Amino acid sequence: MTLKLQAAALAAAAALCGPAQAQTEIQWWHSMGGALGEWVNDLANEFNASQKDYKVVPTFKGSYDQSMTAAIAAFRAGNAPNILQVFEVGTATMMASKGAIVPVAKVMTDAGFKFDPKVYVGAVAGYYTAPNGQMLSFPFNSSTPVFYYNKDAFKAAGLDPEKAPGTWPEVALAAAKLKASGHKCPFTTSWQSWTQLESFSAWHNTLFATKNNGFGGLDTRLVINTPLHVRHIENLANMSKQGLFVYKGRANVPDATFPSGECAMLTGTSALYSSVSKNAKFAYGMSTLPYYPDVPGAPQNTVIGGASLWVMAGKKPAEYKGTAAFFNFLSSPEVQAKSHQRTGYLPITTAAFEATDKSGFYKKNPGTDVAVTQMIRKTTDKSRGIRLGNMVQIRTVIDEEMEQVWSGKKSAKEALDDSVKRGNELLERFEKANKS
Amino acid sequence: MAAEKRVLFRSAWLPWVLLAPQLVVITLFFFWPAGQALVQSLQQQDAFGTSVQWVGLENFQRLFADPSYYDSMKTTLVFSLLVAGIGLGVSLLLAVMADRIVRGSTVYKTLLIWPYAVAPAVAGVLWLFMFAPSIGVVAWYLRVWGFEWNHLLDGNHAMALIVMAAVWKQLSYNFLFFLAGLQSIPKSLIEAAAIDGARPWRRFWTIVFPLLSPTSFFLLVVNVVYVFLDTFAIVDASTHGGPGKETEILVYKLYYDGFKGMDLGASAAQSVVLMVIVVLLTIVQFKYVERRVNY
Repeated sequence: MTLKLQAAALAAAAALCGPAQAQTEIQWWHSMGGALGEWVNDLANEFNASQKDYKVVPTFKGSYDQSMTAAIAAFRAGNAPNILQVFEVGTATMMASKGAIVPVAKVMTDAGFKFDPKVYVGAVAGYYTAPNGQMLSFPFNSSTPVFYYNKDAFKAAGLDPEKAPGTWPEVALAAAKLKASGHKCPFTTSWQSWTQLESFSAWHNTLFATKNNGFGGLDTRLVINTPLHVRHIENLANMSKQGLFVYKGRANVPDATFPSGECAMLTGTSALYSSVSKNAKFAYGMSTLPYYPDVPGAPQNTVIGGASLWVMAGKKPAEYKGTAAFFNFLSSPEVQAKSHQRTGYLPITTAAFEATDKSGFYKKNPGTDVAVTQMIRKTTDKSRGIRLGNMVQIRTVIDEEMEQVWSGKKSAKEALDDSVKRGNELLERFEKANKS
Repeated sequence: MAAEKRVLFRSAWLPWVLLAPQLVVITLFFFWPAGQALVQSLQQQDAFGTSVQWVGLENFQRLFADPSYYDSMKTTLVFSLLVAGIGLGVSLLLAVMADRIVRGSTVYKTLLIWPYAVAPAVAGVLWLFMFAPSIGVVAWYLRVWGFEWNHLLDGNHAMALIVMAAVWKQLSYNFLFFLAGLQSIPKSLIEAAAIDGARPWRRFWTIVFPLLSPTSFFLLVVNVVYVFLDTFAIVDASTHGGPGKETEILVYKLYYDGFKGMDLGASAAQSVVLMVIVVLLTIVQFKYVERRVNY
């Protein structure tokens, strides 16, 4: 009898609790394919298992620009996701779209979470923070350009494999020796605008664009035709003429040439580490970006790449609470440190960096700390980052102009002058479209 | 030739009902989007559409003040002449050959029709893969023969690459129509000419080619429309318009500005211009080229 009663009571309780406990789904659109996609799914699963109220549903929506286009179309049709991963060049566009997003700081405080932007690495958080100090998006996966080199190829060319070339003149010398030893592709670069002009500027404590690289307002204009920029591009053009620098294409296309052994030196994203460590069949080294030693203030710090998570507007209050809980989960030092060690992306909080350092990870995996030490520095107004509207098109303009230099059709000065002219038209247009 | 044939309907509504499905499709998939493009070409808006301003003809003024737009037009002209010319020529040759084969013709025909099932983006990637400077099969053989292939920096190579992909993609369609056209030419005409002592070459030029002209004309129109509107995926998957802007055709620029750059106003203005160009070209073709067609 008592047993039956208990069973009935339990059933009734279950029936009552069932609907009340219906989970709120949080849609998360991202652009992490392959191994990084598994990482994203693991994060969501871990969060879903840690509590019962919310369920984060990650969906892979293609490359960064594809998922952004998809989200914009979805927003216009009234069914945007809760969370959207946007690459760093889309940041200015998102910031300017005030009606489409909800600042992360507001989402967190509204849900009752303590939100302290100071725990985040300055160069990372600063990038996603509005001029009024409010953090707008949640830094998720941040990277920075670093220098990779093939130690076996260095040895074969009679170079010291334990000494990475630290300056551009040293890179040219090493490239010449590699070429003399029969290497077909001594040096190449991916994301040429990001590595050779954007990060190059910050690394030499020089402006890429006025108004503190766009942080100070939409009326920013490009200034990448200074003697320093011209000198660098001229230097690369000369290397290209002599076969020391071999152009391998736009965006991340050249990335594959390093782990395959085709190119001996490469400047590319720190997130390439996971692929290099898995696929390279030779000894490799990672080092800081090269610089010109005679430039005062160099090396400063490099700028970030990667992406952040944006919270879209027009959702139900419960969904915002769930989003906040998920972000709170993501910012715990343990999750952060684990993600950093797994992916090669930067640790986003100082605590995560310290935890990783203490665990001895950097000693076991030499080179993985390069990106961190390049980023965790005091930034200046000139080096805090580059945040411009229409940045996707500006990068294409720079790609197009640089290709004219590498093929010998334009001089470095002409190409940079034209980049400034064409880039500024895009900036003016963005300023106008977002004035309201 | 003969007077136009007309069918007379007694009912006032029946013709409209019969036309309705087609009208609905055209309205939904052509007139409505075209109207939207017209409206958006007069606006400037941010990516999410939260701030929209009417700017009159500014998008068009900016477009026509941009020297690179005229370069893009020139590139498109070269590209379309090459694709239409080579595409029609090669497929006619293949169709004539396939028409003469007696044994195993089904296999040849099937193989030749295959590429039509391939999506343009896949076609672009396929050719890109074969010609990739460091790993591509064809690029490797070219290097063995002493030819340095590098479409990353050589504009002519890049143009050749997208022309090949675009021609290959459209080859099956052209081939199919040419083959059908060839098969509808009465054998007796050709036999009569053969008895009169006309050699194959002469038979082709004086009998087959004129009788094929309706097919050729139709294909010319279709190919021009294809080149102008349908090739952006090939460019997007292979050259991205580079090196520099050497393979930036009009429809790719439109796609890029709209879907990568999120500049809907500029993109809409370009699509209106492109629409006008294609309509004009089609009118010109019907007006002048059609006169030389024998039905």
